[in-house]
Amino acid sequence: MSEIGLTAGPAAPEKARDAARPGQTMQSGEAMAHYVSPAPFDPYTTDAMTPAQERYYRAPPVLLMWWRLRRHRVAVASGVLLLAFYVMILFCEFLAPYALDSRHVDFIYAPPQRIHLFDDGGLTWPYVEAYDYRLDMTNLRRVYTPNPDKPQPIRFLCRGDKYWYWGVVPGDFHLVCPPAGGQMFLLGTDRLGRDMLSRIIYGARISLTVGLIGVSISFTLGILIGGIAGYYGGWTDVLIQRAIEVVQSFPHLPLWMALSAILPVTWSPILVYFGITIILGMIEWTDLARAVRSKLLALREEDFCTAAVLMGASPPRIIGRHLLPSFMSHLIASATLVIPSMILGETALSFLGLGLRPPITSWGVLLNEAQNISVVALYPWLILPVIPVILTVLAFNFLGDGLRDAADPYH
Amino acid sequence: MLGYLVHRILIMIPTLIAISLVIFVIIHLPPGDYFSTYIAELQSQGETANLAKIAFLKAQYGFDKPLWQQYLYWAFGLLHGDMGYSFLYDLPVNAVVGDRLLLTFVVSFTTIIFTYIVAFPIGVYSATHQYSISDYMLTFLGFLGLATPSFLLALVLLYLANVYFGISVGGLMDPIYVDQPWNWAKVLSVFAHVWIPVVVIGTAGTAGMIRRLRANLLDELQKQYVVTARAKGLHPFKVLVKYPLRLSLNPFISDIGSLLPQVISGAAIVSVVMSLPTTGPMMLEALRSQDMFLAGSFLMFMAFLTVIGVFLSDLALAALDPRIRLQTGPAQ
Repeated sequence: MSEIGLTAGPAAPEKARDAARPGQTMQSGEAMAHYVSPAPFDPYTTDAMTPAQERYYRAPPVLLMWWRLRRHRVAVASGVLLLAFYVMILFCEFLAPYALDSRHVDFIYAPPQRIHLFDDGGLTWPYVEAYDYRLDMTNLRRVYTPNPDKPQPIRFLCRGDKYWYWGVVPGDFHLVCPPAGGQMFLLGTDRLGRDMLSRIIYGARISLTVGLIGVSISFTLGILIGGIAGYYGGWTDVLIQRAIEVVQSFPHLPLWMALSAILPVTWSPILVYFGITIILGMIEWTDLARAVRSKLLALREEDFCTAAVLMGASPPRIIGRHLLPSFMSHLIASATLVIPSMILGETALSFLGLGLRPPITSWGVLLNEAQNISVVALYPWLILPVIPVILTVLAFNFLGDGLRDAADPYH
Repeated sequence: MLGYLVHRILIMIPTLIAISLVIFVIIHLPPGDYFSTYIAELQSQGETANLAKIAFLKAQYGFDKPLWQQYLYWAFGLLHGDMGYSFLYDLPVNAVVGDRLLLTFVVSFTTIIFTYIVAFPIGVYSATHQYSISDYMLTFLGFLGLATPSFLLALVLLYLANVYFGISVGGLMDPIYVDQPWNWAKVLSVFAHVWIPVVVIGTAGTAGMIRRLRANLLDELQKQYVVTARAKGLHPFKVLVKYPLRLSLNPFISDIGSLLPQVISGAAIVSVVMSLPTTGPMMLEALRSQDMFLAGSFLMFMAFLTVIGVFLSDLALAALDPRIRLQTGPAQ
């Protein structure tokens, strides 16, 4: 960017210097004409910046980070996707076509229904075809066949299953409703005839917040412990380093399994939920603590830190007010990369039956139903909750990658 | 080098002690102990518990002593290869686990070898072909490997293998060998079966390794000595292999520290899905029935494997890289 400043200088003195050089431009041997620039002399002329330059050079770090992040297309797209997911969990009740616990005993293990947009070659109101049900007595399977003669138009912005919005406000207004007198299972149903799509939407609420709460726990722990180690150094540092090594020598999943098996079975599901997030957060803080420590070790030698010490600032104030803000962006980037492992951890624990339990619905709890190979063979739509898991984890990884690149805007 | 070795071993001992303390706390965290639950269960079924046996076991494992003495009992037992008593199976843990520890080791070791073999060429390729279409594809595949829960990958692979190749996967050897003593045919059978879990467990680790190797190699490739080597007309292959590749190889060794816990974690859940005779399913079983001695022993074994692995990788790194052994500090 430095060349912008250079080219902004006036060209006139250069011309004069060129003219003064003998043998290059003064081949004819004539005396050089005397030249004096009539413009008033301004010593700061090379420092003056155009408004565009000013905007760039005076931009606060946050803005610089944002500009840099914006260049990373995939990261931005991932950020938008995640934002959409997190906005979605605010309105699960409205977005899900069915209520969380509504069961349809006539439609157990019904496969996904297709939405039809075209009828007889023309565009029509979207509809699904009603299922004809028959019990196959030879291999005892429920067989559902869509009946083209019974089209059922889907309703939008309509009244359907009753729900309690966030458990507080009663309502029955949905974005999409099943056809009047019919059913609409866009992603099939499970062994109790519950709509998979609705359950996946509700599951997002738990699965996505597990990562956030867990990461805020490990964020706090990481800053606190890493900050102490990095600022005080010496014996404190050695002890904390050893402790981190001990925690890291445990394979995470077995340790999570052991800890979550300890949670009393008498706890209510919501307590178990918090217990699991705390367990996830308690183990993942080590990387963050290491990052904080190494940054602090480098930064505490800087002049501004010495100045603060000389002015009598207390260690917590120096760490919190002067040191932490200088590498907060790095920390946020690292924290973003920790969230996916927590989401995967929760999914794995719930899949094994050691994590969250019904009636709490998370993606891992949903996948718990797909535990054996016969499910994959007979009811493959039961493994669909894995798709939002993969999407979320991918998006967090890409976003974290982009943030990490953008975190150092002066680099 | 000797100084470094001694230093490293001295660090390892307190680490192992701390790990055993943590595991002991975990074993004792559930309220009550196994005996009280066991006796209550028997009495509720109208049976009389074999009190003499229970009293003997209690004395044997020091359940009547204060906690710190119990810990010493347990730790001494571990040192002598006695991992406690599995109440679930009513046998000493040693007799229960049998071959499982060995098979866990085999699966983990093979997975790491697999990770190296796959990650090395792909990492080098995508670093030397940066921003090419194949680089983007490989990077995306790597991310996908990181993001897919391994248990699901295992399920789907099991299904596909069953449908398209007609083999019943699951297990780590042909059923006929399960109860046989170890012989050559059994070893071969294990090798024929081990690859699916290895691929599944190795996916996430491989993806991470590829990304690190690529990043390291890219850093090295931008340095001036590479430009110099190119400028003096060295063959591109030689330019790559002679210096940058060697320097970017360090993560292959130092990463064992992060790779090993990851592999063992992955193995724990994949082996549950694939019902492998490794420690994973038995540990799950033990945790479900709160047979904490068995679970704690598995946890201890896994952590021990990790610590030893990190120790060996640090030694190898010190042997390869003089900067580390001269520092006499732990590898950063």
